[in-house]
Amino acid sequence: MARVILHNVKKNYGKVAVIHGISLDISNGELIVIVGPSGCGKSTLLRMVAGLERITEGTVTIGDRVVNDLEPRERDIAMVFQNYALYPHMSVFNNMAYGLKIAGMDKQEIKERVGQAANLLELEPFLKRKPRQLSGGQRQRVAMGRAIVRNPAVFLFDEPLSNLDAKLRVQMRMEIKTLQRNLAVTSLYVTHDQVEAMTLADRMIVMHNGIAEQIGTPLEVYNNPATTFVAGFIGSPPMNFLSAEVKDGVVHLISGARFAQCSLEDQPITVGIRPESLRFCPAGTGMYDATVRFTEVLGAETLIHLKNHINEDLIIRLDRTDQLPETGSVMGVNSACNDIFLFDKKGSRVHTRLEL
Amino acid sequence: MEKRVTFNNRWLPYLLIAPQIVITVVFFFWPAGQAIYQSAFIPDPFGLKNQFVGIENFTFLLSDQYYRSSFFTTGLFSLLVTGISMSFALWLAVMADRIIKGADAYRTLLIWPYAVAPAIAGVLWLFLFNPSIGILPWYLARMGYHWNHALNGGEAMTLVVIASAWKQISYNFLFFLAGLQSIPPSIIEAAALDGASFSKRFWTIVFPLLSPTTFFLLVVNIVYAFFETFGVIHTITAGGPQQSTTILVYKVFADGFVGQDLGSSAAQSVILLLVVSILTVIQFRFIERRVHY
Amino acid sequence: MSAMVENRSLGLWLTHLALIIGICLICFPIYVAFIASTVTQADLISPPMPLVPGEHFLQNYREALLSGMSAPVWLMLLNSMIMALGITFGKIAISIISAYAIVYFRFPLKNLFFWLIFLTLMLPVEVRIVPTYEVVAGLGLLNSYSGLILPLIASATATFLFRQLFLTIPDELVEAARMDGAGPMRFFVDVLLPMSRTNIAALFVILFIYGWNQYLWPLLVTTDPSMNTIVMGIKQMLPTGDQTVEWPVIMATAILAMVPPVAVVLFMQKLFVKGLVESEK
Repeated sequence: MARVILHNVKKNYGKVAVIHGISLDISNGELIVIVGPSGCGKSTLLRMVAGLERITEGTVTIGDRVVNDLEPRERDIAMVFQNYALYPHMSVFNNMAYGLKIAGMDKQEIKERVGQAANLLELEPFLKRKPRQLSGGQRQRVAMGRAIVRNPAVFLFDEPLSNLDAKLRVQMRMEIKTLQRNLAVTSLYVTHDQVEAMTLADRMIVMHNGIAEQIGTPLEVYNNPATTFVAGFIGSPPMNFLSAEVKDGVVHLISGARFAQCSLEDQPITVGIRPESLRFCPAGTGMYDATVRFTEVLGAETLIHLKNHINEDLIIRLDRTDQLPETGSVMGVNSACNDIFLFDKKGSRVHTRLEL
Repeated sequence: MEKRVTFNNRWLPYLLIAPQIVITVVFFFWPAGQAIYQSAFIPDPFGLKNQFVGIENFTFLLSDQYYRSSFFTTGLFSLLVTGISMSFALWLAVMADRIIKGADAYRTLLIWPYAVAPAIAGVLWLFLFNPSIGILPWYLARMGYHWNHALNGGEAMTLVVIASAWKQISYNFLFFLAGLQSIPPSIIEAAALDGASFSKRFWTIVFPLLSPTTFFLLVVNIVYAFFETFGVIHTITAGGPQQSTTILVYKVFADGFVGQDLGSSAAQSVILLLVVSILTVIQFRFIERRVHY
Repeated sequence: MSAMVENRSLGLWLTHLALIIGICLICFPIYVAFIASTVTQADLISPPMPLVPGEHFLQNYREALLSGMSAPVWLMLLNSMIMALGITFGKIAISIISAYAIVYFRFPLKNLFFWLIFLTLMLPVEVRIVPTYEVVAGLGLLNSYSGLILPLIASATATFLFRQLFLTIPDELVEAARMDGAGPMRFFVDVLLPMSRTNIAALFVILFIYGWNQYLWPLLVTTDPSMNTIVMGIKQMLPTGDQTVEWPVIMATAILAMVPPVAVVLFMQKLFVKGLVESEK
């Protein structure tokens, strides 16, 4: 268990900067999820903490030690890889015991530790098998077992669930969360899947092009996004964005509808509203009108796709309902003030009071 | 090509690569350098001092009738060995590919000549064709033909070609069979449905698809015929009669060790070196491209 | 796998026949040699020789093994075995560690070394026999096992084979090993070597045969008959001119010379075929 502090961590490949200075303070036992699209630098960040990539600038502290120059095995960490990285010629037992053997632990203790981990992960029947005789989920658990037996200060997870099918992923997600809670080990978890991020994280860090766009708890990030990127990335279906401008203290949608009053200077602006925050009303009576393109009936919820007259797309999410608007019909759309987000032309959130 | 992940040791890689580098330098580059160096000298008649002659050894060789005929002999020899060996192997491979049951047994029975040394192959065929007690000359005599490869150059060439080709059939067979088995059956079936007969299918579809294997084997066989057949020649004909079976590599040995003309032998080695280099480059270039198929 | 879509039984029968004919042609010389090794000289001197095995198997082979002609065959077999195993293990050992260095490390001069090794592909021993002989003689290694083995040990093909193999090993495995605390040599022994088992086995077959069948080089490097290897020693048994020789003994020697490599090929056939075909790619 340990506190992990990243201070202004940067990474350059030659002259190209890929990580632009990330700072993060992780408390003991926290599960931090690093989430972002491919290429945002999340794996690189994790690998710098792991010691598999050199840190160009900044420091990483684990516990009370700055680990920049330490080899992975000296950092008191354990990692679960995306492709599990199990030694194919070794049994499950030996896979888990390998690191301990190298550390010189005596046989009896190794046996105990591996036994405990196997028990925890329900791997006991498989201890003698080789990885190729196991299913994807079982291999994943062995990879975790290998990490657990080392009793590290920090767990690192590099997209461990990406190679599993959807159903298994859901199940494993819960297992990982429970495990982490029980063991209370500080963890860093990388994923591109925002659902995983939302369900697992104590706090998450949303990354984009090497920058941390926002750090916060799942609900904070969801309810209070700091940028258009975060707003659009977290939450499914994604937030609706409409172009607008502020003129004389009034927000005008480019699509023409008058919107709300605010206390901002004149500037172009982006209006963001989440699909579940929109409601239908008769045409002409709401904030503005749009035409229904098609509907997705998912059972517990229904998604309705619309387009306004300047071709901006909108999605509305309704709870289970039998009343579906017809395709091609024009509907009015409404939303409460609190549910409206404003973003400036650079994508940063603008905080202001809105009055309809 | 490099791995993304490497270790950081300073001196360990040197230690690991040292044995191979040392052996390579001592037993490859040093002698090769010597060969190039020596090729510019000829020994004086009393063997006391070597005289520098520049490229004279080379120019002499290129105009020497014996060397030229050796070149020709080698060319003829490799063509025959390669042609016979590959054709026969291809035919056997096509046959073996057609059957499902027993393919393994046939393959076992056909591959073991790979393990036979060329020199031993020479001994075996020498025994078969021995002019006085060999069983084949005896049969030939009964049909009125008297075989004596110790006197007849053409017969000598025939014998060494047979012995050399015989040995190589297995190797070619293995590769052809693997090549044939890697052709997707759906292509063959499609052709059959299009109405192509077996022989038509073979020449228009299978053979072209086999061309990477064929090309590869062509190069390997030529190299084999140039170099590894030394044992065959040395055991059966010692290059004779009258040098009719003196292939280039044999001449290097004969001139260098028996004739003690180190300069000429070295020059011949250098020429052979160029030949191998060209063949190797061709082979690697082609393999590079094959990888990108 | 079959290029034969039509399943006519006549075609099938002909195919089998063709293969059997092929096998007969291929096996013919061996068969004859074996027969010759089991009969007496008298049987052979006036052709045609018999085509069924004779009674003198034990006698001929014993004579070959114990006295041979210039050196007893058992001694030549021993020399061959030592040379072949030396070359095999030697090549595998130095190639695998060189390939490891090339793939898993970054160091100055790496490219130079890589090319040095690559260039040896263009230098088969037959191309450099005279000067290599001089080097070996200069080092005092004539008529010795080292002289037989060392010049044939550096092999670019084995190095490349291992390099190809190592490049296909996932990077994550190395990282996991690093996490587990394994240093480079530990990783090599605990993870890389076991994963290379099949390739090493296939190479073993190929290299053993290569080593055992060496002819030109042992011919040059050994002048003392007690260092003869069986493949080159057999040449000395052959008649020159009108000499009479004991053909049954020669044939027995030839058979004995073939037994170890053929046995190796047959026992490890599956592995060997796979390795041969894959390695040349």
